[in-house]
Amino acid sequence: MSSNAKEMKKVLFGPILDSNPIALHVLGICSALAVTTKLEKALVMSLALTFVTAFSNLFISLIRNHIPSSVRIIIQMTIIASLVILVDQVLRAYSYSVAKELTVFVGLIITNCIVMGRAEAYAMKSPPMMSFLDGIGNGLGYSFVLIVIGTIKELLGFGTLLGFEILPVVQNGGWYQGNGLLILPFSSFFLIGGLIWFIRTIRPEQVEPKE
Amino acid sequence: MSAHKETFGKTVGIVIAVCLACSIVVSTAAVGLRSKQQANAQLDKQTNILEAAGLLANAGGDINGTYEKYVEERFVDLATGEYVDVPADFDMFKYAKVDDYRVTPKPDIAGVIRHSKVVSVYHVKDDAGVVQRVILTVYGSGLWNIMYGLLALDSDGNTVRTLVYYDQQETAGLGGEVQNPAWKKLWDGKKLFNNGEVAIKVKKNAGDDIHAVDALSGATLTSNGVQNSLDYWLAEEQLGTFLSKQPWKS
Repeated sequence: MSSNAKEMKKVLFGPILDSNPIALHVLGICSALAVTTKLEKALVMSLALTFVTAFSNLFISLIRNHIPSSVRIIIQMTIIASLVILVDQVLRAYSYSVAKELTVFVGLIITNCIVMGRAEAYAMKSPPMMSFLDGIGNGLGYSFVLIVIGTIKELLGFGTLLGFEILPVVQNGGWYQGNGLLILPFSSFFLIGGLIWFIRTIRPEQVEPKE
Repeated sequence: MSAHKETFGKTVGIVIAVCLACSIVVSTAAVGLRSKQQANAQLDKQTNILEAAGLLANAGGDINGTYEKYVEERFVDLATGEYVDVPADFDMFKYAKVDDYRVTPKPDIAGVIRHSKVVSVYHVKDDAGVVQRVILTVYGSGLWNIMYGLLALDSDGNTVRTLVYYDQQETAGLGGEVQNPAWKKLWDGKKLFNNGEVAIKVKKNAGDDIHAVDALSGATLTSNGVQNSLDYWLAEEQLGTFLSKQPWKS
């Protein structure tokens, strides 16, 4: 029983640092670039992706023994796409202002490699409960990176966090000159690079062997 | 990985079952949440109009009530500058694609491609029902995409109160500063027309010029977009006629 609990913990929290989908597997980079200019967007996107990954893993795992392998990718896509539409509809109904800015990116969760990757690599082989936890775990790993990047970009780029002013910017009569580079999506390349460097410094076993 | 699950019949059966289950979930969500989504979209639109009307701060939480009380939507035929009646489902952006309403501007200086020949204007009234402000929709291409704005004027049809961009995708921090409150404040009190000609300019070092507003630094193309939208929509062929006839006064 204790080994089971240990396994669950590993599945749930492992993806945050030890096998982070963005930092170790370098998956899901596109959305990590696009939605991190404001922390609020990053949070909503993290929640949406965690929800989709968890439930797509759950449902795919539930029917994994009935999915014919010839059409398994299509079936996974159908389930993932339905969940994504569900998330988009709920966002539009309950969080309209965020949905307006995020709607394109929420739609693109369908193509996020993390969701498909976990469905194919884990949920097709594992029981439903563990698959569900694996989905949440990987969602948390993705969220961790998005929140770190989003915090840095919003704080240094706009001088705000979640819209509240932390560093008064020059445009509004303060002293802080916002960093224009950090406002642009591609600056996440540098930040994610730096984050990967940091994680691999404290977890040297993640460094790939020299070829 | 047993062999029986690979039969053709079973594959088709599973695919149909999954598709059915998914389509039921998706359509239930879409239908069940529609009224809430439409209410949200309307609330968003009313919030933007109240902001342009200068009533948002006083509205408290009651957007819908304040809107109903003080704002009236009217429809203006661009050619005559007079009010016209429109179908119940009229929307100036949707009707831009309807043959009877479509106008394709040449030259298309604002980059709108097409628009409706009848447009919405919003009249903001005081408690006595006298029109205090007239709000026009002005839109046109910025650097990346079409920027949608609401231009609020005094009842003289000439003095600007504010210009609210409620939907734009300009570069955040540069062109996106069209939404900066400090920049919006620059519009307050500026005059659009000089002897009947569109005179308002978005330019460098506008200073105290009554017909000019400082351009956004680092966002020349966005500033040009604002200028072009105003030039287009205020021209005589568009809303210029309406603004000189001032039918809200009669």
